[in-house]
Amino acid sequence: MNKISVIIKREYVTRVRKKSFIIMTILAPVLMAAIIIVPTLVMMNQSGEFKKIAVIEDNSDLFKGVIKNTKDAEFIYLDNTKVEDLKKTFEKDGYYGILYISPELINTPNAVYLIAKKQPAIGLLQFIENSLKKEIERQKLLAYKIENLDDIMKNVETNVSVQTKKLDESGVEKGTSTGIAMALAYLLGFLMYMLVFIFGAQVMRGVIEEKTSRVVEVIISSVKPIQLMMGKIIGIALVGLTQFMIWIVLTVGIVGVLKTTILPKSGGSEISQSMPQNLMSGNQQVAGTSQTAEMSPQVAEFTKMFDNAMNQPWGLIIICFIFYFVTGYLLYASVFAAIGSAVDNETETQQFMLPVTIPIILGLMVAMGTMQNPESPLAFWCSMIPLTAPIVMMARIPFGVPYWQIAVSMIIMLVSFGSFVWMAAKVYRTGILMYGKKTSWKEMWKWLRYSG
Amino acid sequence: MVLFEAKNVTKQYGNQLALDNVSLSVPEQCIYGLLGPNGAGKTTLIRIINQITGPDSGELFLNGKKLMPSDVQLIGYLPEERGLYKKMKVGEQALYFAQLKGLSKAEAMKRLKYWFKKLDIIDWWGKKVEELSKGMQQKVQFVTTVLHEPKLLIFDEPFTGFDPLNTKIVKNEILFLRERGATIIFSTHNMESVEELCDNITLIDKAKTILEGSVHEIRSKWAANEYDLVFDRDVNIEGNGHYSILKQQKENNKSVFRLKTTSDINTNDILQTVMKSGNIISFNPALPSMNEIFIRVIEARN
Repeated sequence: MNKISVIIKREYVTRVRKKSFIIMTILAPVLMAAIIIVPTLVMMNQSGEFKKIAVIEDNSDLFKGVIKNTKDAEFIYLDNTKVEDLKKTFEKDGYYGILYISPELINTPNAVYLIAKKQPAIGLLQFIENSLKKEIERQKLLAYKIENLDDIMKNVETNVSVQTKKLDESGVEKGTSTGIAMALAYLLGFLMYMLVFIFGAQVMRGVIEEKTSRVVEVIISSVKPIQLMMGKIIGIALVGLTQFMIWIVLTVGIVGVLKTTILPKSGGSEISQSMPQNLMSGNQQVAGTSQTAEMSPQVAEFTKMFDNAMNQPWGLIIICFIFYFVTGYLLYASVFAAIGSAVDNETETQQFMLPVTIPIILGLMVAMGTMQNPESPLAFWCSMIPLTAPIVMMARIPFGVPYWQIAVSMIIMLVSFGSFVWMAAKVYRTGILMYGKKTSWKEMWKWLRYSG
Repeated sequence: MVLFEAKNVTKQYGNQLALDNVSLSVPEQCIYGLLGPNGAGKTTLIRIINQITGPDSGELFLNGKKLMPSDVQLIGYLPEERGLYKKMKVGEQALYFAQLKGLSKAEAMKRLKYWFKKLDIIDWWGKKVEELSKGMQQKVQFVTTVLHEPKLLIFDEPFTGFDPLNTKIVKNEILFLRERGATIIFSTHNMESVEELCDNITLIDKAKTILEGSVHEIRSKWAANEYDLVFDRDVNIEGNGHYSILKQQKENNKSVFRLKTTSDINTNDILQTVMKSGNIISFNPALPSMNEIFIRVIEARN
């Protein structure tokens, strides 16, 4: 037991001290955060600048005042100005662009132009389109001469947003979001796949290194082969867990920073945010007032999302993740160790890798499908079969899985990882001392049955 | 007293018999040669002694007691195919191996300093193994093999890769270890070093023991009726019914003859005959080299 801890320590320390480990550990969460933040920042920057837009109609004032000012853009109605004249000078006059509305617009949907030097933001365009659309619809309705039209419009206005509540076992309702569950399922399944694969392959490479450098014979004259194998597997598992823990801490840190710094500012992109509000409200209503609201809709949306995310059973998720990572990793790592012991160099591993990779990939694919229907029989069975369970079960958990299923799956995992380790140890013990021989599955099967 | 004993060890890999009823008895403080052509089964036997693999049948004893898994601490093994972790530092690595043999870190450190100084490799302590020459790596590995002061040392081709000077240094260390009480099993194809170092040998071929005993006895036995005769000057003798001349040569004005006698003749009778030809300065039984014996034994079996 003492010796195995010496081995675990070496495997752990040599890996954790590597530059590549340190870089990966720090960089991965930063990269992940960057992937999320950079597009957001780009979007915010686009609409961040205040724009003055000149609105010109051809000898009419059908749409005068229809497009309300927002925090980011001011719409200035110019009478008696020719588009042709303004075209030459609008930049000097301090306008972002010219919106030209033809009276034909009521019958011709594309009789409106936005002339600008730059490609306008999509949010700005949608805002203009929606404002005009509402107005045209209103005017068309007016033609029917309905009494109290404005009141009716106000009355008719509706908005539907399905709120999901998940009833947990104790009967407590919690606000949930299918979107969050899906994102989480995807993340967990994929993370599990990556970790099992990356660290399993590290075990294999470590075994091959020991075999080709011939260190192994000296070591197994001091310790039993299974001690060396398990020492390596456990050492690398600890490396994986260390990395995982650091990632969690860093991610929580980054999310925390995000919540305090980015969120208040996110009210800045007013045009795109007030757009959905505008859709709901009649044009007479306060398109412009949303900027004065205490909490912009997006912030509210985000806060709701955040609360929903917090309502996920995080304790269960983390416990299950660690359990499935450890057992799933042990299961695959022992297979990888057996393969590593059977070959003379890394290129020879390919013939063995395929049958090992298939269940992992299958697990990942089922996990992705799980998001459509987490209760399907395929998802159920794949979360029981030990080779796919770690990935599929992790993808199912955010949608809620009965406890008995988790328990059964865990028991199957424990039993099968035990037998996998036992078989791998037998192959490993023989394979590690075999050189210069092309190994086949048949050969490995024979090694399984060798005595001591 | 016998330190290590193997009784009727048999080991089979699939259809291939690696050891067939091999027995071995290694006296304490002896340097015991384990000889045999490539693929004879030496490595398998060594691995069984190290408990890397187990025999299919047969028993092993250390110090008169059945060999136990915990006995690995009493054995030091330098395999023929040796290796170290290339990216690991020399000192760290030596410490690691010492700890695997059950030494505490402090004790291992103390002994390592002693040995590294003794073999003049202390400057390499902080270097990575891949920066070392092959001979240096061998020295490091030698140290890790003997560090835990095992009672039984197994060296598989310990001198390959060493220059003559380092060969001498390591040879002396092996003799020194024996003096301090270690017993050594020594596997090699270098028959000169067998003659020089080994007290006893076992020769294995095709999974079977075919020759065993003390080096001296074996050489005497194979020498049987051959003698080296030296005269102090240039003389000529001829064979007769009692002896024949296998070869003759002149060396620094001396004449050297290799005689083969018939088995029933007394050597004094031969001396009486040949001393008439000149002044004899030496008459010795001619011991065949272990090299010759090895080749003759193996060739006779094929």
